[in-house]
Amino acid sequence: MSDEEDDIILSELDNEELVQQMHDDLYDGLREEIEEGVNILLERGWQPYQVLTEALVSGMTIVGNDFRDGILFVPEVLLAANAMKGGMAILKPLLAETGAPRMGKMVIGTVKGDIHDIGKNLVSMMMEGAGFEVVDLGINNSVDAYLEALEAEDADILGMSALLTTTMPYMKVVIDTLNEKGKRDDYIVLVGGAPLNEEFGRAIGADAYCRDAAVAVETAKDFIARKHNQMAAG
Amino acid sequence: MTDALSKLLSTRDWLMADGATGTTLFNMGLQSGDAPELWNADHPDRIRALYQGPVDAGSDIFLTNTFGGNASRLKLHDAQGRVRELNRLGAELGREVADKAGRPVVVAGSVGPTGEIMAPMGPLTHELAVEMFHEQAEGLKEGGADVLWVETISAPEEYKAAAEAARLAGMPWAGTMSFDTAGRTMMGLTSADMVTMVNKLAHKPLAFGANCGVGSSDLLRTVLGFTAQGPEIPVIAKGNAGIPKYEDGHIHYDGTPELMAKYAVMARDSGAKIIGGCCGTTTEHLKAMRAALENTPAGPRPTLEQITETLGGFSSASDGTGEGVPEPRTRRRRRG
Repeated sequence: MSDEEDDIILSELDNEELVQQMHDDLYDGLREEIEEGVNILLERGWQPYQVLTEALVSGMTIVGNDFRDGILFVPEVLLAANAMKGGMAILKPLLAETGAPRMGKMVIGTVKGDIHDIGKNLVSMMMEGAGFEVVDLGINNSVDAYLEALEAEDADILGMSALLTTTMPYMKVVIDTLNEKGKRDDYIVLVGGAPLNEEFGRAIGADAYCRDAAVAVETAKDFIARKHNQMAAG
Repeated sequence: MTDALSKLLSTRDWLMADGATGTTLFNMGLQSGDAPELWNADHPDRIRALYQGPVDAGSDIFLTNTFGGNASRLKLHDAQGRVRELNRLGAELGREVADKAGRPVVVAGSVGPTGEIMAPMGPLTHELAVEMFHEQAEGLKEGGADVLWVETISAPEEYKAAAEAARLAGMPWAGTMSFDTAGRTMMGLTSADMVTMVNKLAHKPLAFGANCGVGSSDLLRTVLGFTAQGPEIPVIAKGNAGIPKYEDGHIHYDGTPELMAKYAVMARDSGAKIIGGCCGTTTEHLKAMRAALENTPAGPRPTLEQITETLGGFSSASDGTGEGVPEPRTRRRRRG
């Protein structure tokens, strides 16, 4: 397509316009443009953490909200997350160097028997998009795989995903094992997947059921904030 | 030669399909995380019993225990080399049960999704998907399945790949998608979009429709979305028996047989010709559905209000068709 509006030169936009444009570009899943935008902001002396929160995280929040509201669907969100990832790849080493605040760490994976990882990948990407560290165990995880990773990574959050009614009960197996080992309270346990619902989450002893990736991020933030408050009070 | 499903469709106003496979197998002792398809070889008696249930409850069609029988899914259980065998066995056991039924019963070879994302978003190319579905289709054909029954699909690309595989196997087929995300499939396809897609296929299904998803209300809204397009191909409605709940280590669906009976009649009145259940639908539900379909005269198409009054509310305000579809964000400027 070639109309005048195609000729947006990112480096000619002022900071505010550039950030707005990056929100649009995230929405449209334009990876190269996001990478370019991140580099321009860094060149202009922005702190990596400011680029992350104001340009990327805020942009992904818009994507997440429209996904939650049934306006965007998985293909668009995958594209947006891919664009986000491009920006994150540039920021990640810089964030570590500059000692940016850490949100928390999540271990995530689909449960044993379940290879449906689309939802899990979305949560993983959106959590990273919100500034969390994510350790993605991939598909088909046994109790042992989850427990080992939680310990090894010193994680704050366990995320489990299942798309099938045949695999969702396995989440309870994992939670029961955490209980048996006296470790349940060490972690925030979030569960999700198409056949699940809030009641199921409660029944198996999870901290929360998350309807979609956007809700997962909000819930994680909420629980981490509560955990910090508790620590401050205790 | 006409296939068994076409014959039945041409002689009857409606057909009843079966209910849940996973739910039934759990009740027989399947452990969460295990592959149901392995039972085709290891516990043939249980699979015969699984098939006998809907036959005795009055189903005209039942699906084989091969939903996850593609190489991508079986790989999880290190059984990717057994695709042909497990599908053949699943269909053979079905053939055996159907041939003893004393009336025409269609053995529908279940074909579920690969679980992978299709290109360009994901790694699964059209060619690879066709190859996987074709391998499964040949096994089902060898075992004597009357039709292939593609179900719970989210991506239009995957549906098309399954159609292509059915053509390669020389099999008639039916195919349903799962509308579980704000009234659309996970990939954003609306009911109207699906009709358009099906109409464009080279190897058209004998029937198309919706299965699984959220609850029976949403499923009927989807069926109304199909029939509003005036499709020439018969419509399938296979909804869940309510919403899953967790009780005593089991998943239990909260839809009663009475509710599913009402759903079945409303599905027919909405224009569905093949009506069945999905997750949570037991033989008790099927019996109630069969009785209701036989004893209730056909009525007018239900309105959305009548559906929610009878079966409960929808999971989203809009299903992406008609009025009130939420608009995407207005970009400041659009790029090319």
